[in-house]
Amino acid sequence: MFRQASRLLARTTALTRSRAFSSEVPATPAVDSTFIDSWKKVIPNMEPPSTPSSFMVTRPQTPTSIPSKLTVNFVLPYASELSAKEVDMVIIPATTGQMGVLPGHVPTIAELKPGVLSVHEGNETKKYFLSSGFAFIHANSVADIIAVEAVPVDHIDPNLVQKGLAEFTQKLSSATTDLEKAEAQIGVDVHSALNSALTG
Amino acid sequence: MAMAAFRREGRRFAAPLLSPRPITAVRPSLFSEEDGHAGVRSISTQVVRNRMKSVKNIQKITKAMKMVAASKLRAIQVRTENSRGLWQPFSALLGDIPSVDVKKNVIVTISSDKGLCGGINSTAVKTSKALHKLTSGPDKETKYVILGEKAKAQFVRDSKKDIEIIITELQKNPLNYTQVAVLADDILKNVEFDALRIVFNKFHSVVSFLPTMATVLSPEVVERESESGGKISELDSYEIEGGETKGEILQNLAEFQFSCVMFNAVLENACSEQGARMSAMDNSSRNAGDMLDRLTLTYNRTRQASITTELIEIISGASALEG
Repeated sequence: MFRQASRLLARTTALTRSRAFSSEVPATPAVDSTFIDSWKKVIPNMEPPSTPSSFMVTRPQTPTSIPSKLTVNFVLPYASELSAKEVDMVIIPATTGQMGVLPGHVPTIAELKPGVLSVHEGNETKKYFLSSGFAFIHANSVADIIAVEAVPVDHIDPNLVQKGLAEFTQKLSSATTDLEKAEAQIGVDVHSALNSALTG
Repeated sequence: MAMAAFRREGRRFAAPLLSPRPITAVRPSLFSEEDGHAGVRSISTQVVRNRMKSVKNIQKITKAMKMVAASKLRAIQVRTENSRGLWQPFSALLGDIPSVDVKKNVIVTISSDKGLCGGINSTAVKTSKALHKLTSGPDKETKYVILGEKAKAQFVRDSKKDIEIIITELQKNPLNYTQVAVLADDILKNVEFDALRIVFNKFHSVVSFLPTMATVLSPEVVERESESGGKISELDSYEIEGGETKGEILQNLAEFQFSCVMFNAVLENACSEQGARMSAMDNSSRNAGDMLDRLTLTYNRTRQASITTELIEIISGASALEG
């Protein structure tokens, strides 16, 4: 716990590389001109296909000073839970432990394990339980969190969690092949994380 | 004289009840003529009526197909728009470099299983073939992974040796992320690639579908590009959390990116398919309606002509008798 706290402090204070001219995405949607030129040379009769960069929502440039709010995009395959929401802090369940993200955080790529994501806005906190995913924190204080499944913590049924945990622990002890062991282990991990989400 | 008239009348009404002479290739005209008893001919409207019936049925069927496609489109459009946020973070992080120069390209073409959906499958196949031409060169190889029956039919004809995997019946169960993730896993395990190019039709609006190509790079190429500068040179400035090495994280990232981009691509293509089918069926119904109008005019003309002929015969017969 101390390690995480110190890391949290170290991260937020260590960063203030002022980049005058940088952002990892262009501020306007750009098209790759080299691709279009090489296409036109080889296939002059057809229009080149569009590329995702022309459909991107524009992202803000990296500001010179640390902004006051963190912009969070929390996306799932079925919905964008939060898109460009301004918050004070998020705590994400990285594989190395719970990680707090404040505006001005060092750019990071974090792999996520099943756990609780909490979004702090003013006085209110929203908690979601995520299955795994990835989180990107960019230099312009935009955090992208991509998860495969997420549910608000109050939608979880404790009885089913206990039942699932017991079931998978039993499967783990009786597993024979590596594949079965791995599957049972995953089940145990997710259910114990669910358990701690409910209690913690 | 009156009896003769009634006899002729009877024949005219009896003619539609009897089966008409079968239309042979020798008589291409619309009107079939029957020889009556006293050398009297009455023009039959049977052929025209048959055609009108079949055109009307076709119009009903295409209208129904349009309604079905419209309802399916509504359902899937919602899901597609929700999934659009999924690939944006990856493009924001890694950029999108379609002009990347790699040795092994794999083109994933997404098409539909069912037909009657306009030209979207042909455009996808044409774009893929053009990409193949663009990315081939000395000691570079380009392979195909095909999703959907329609692209399979077009590719096996001429590019059979370049096809790695063919996947059909994707939409048997409603599309969901798990299914696409399994598919992506399958492709990643069996195909060696430096860059994956996914070709699909992006749903812009009900009448407009844009052929689009999304690029997913393998982790080694990402490393190479980030070291050499260029669009993803800032990747190095990112700290890596979790995992043992940067390579492992990049590997997981590439796989996750592929499955997310595939999910969005498959949904967009399904949406485009329904939209294209709607407009194709709409055009079909409209054409059938036009044809029906023209046939109706022809029918009325022949009907009136035959009545006029009958009347003329009767009257001329009557006036001849009177002297």
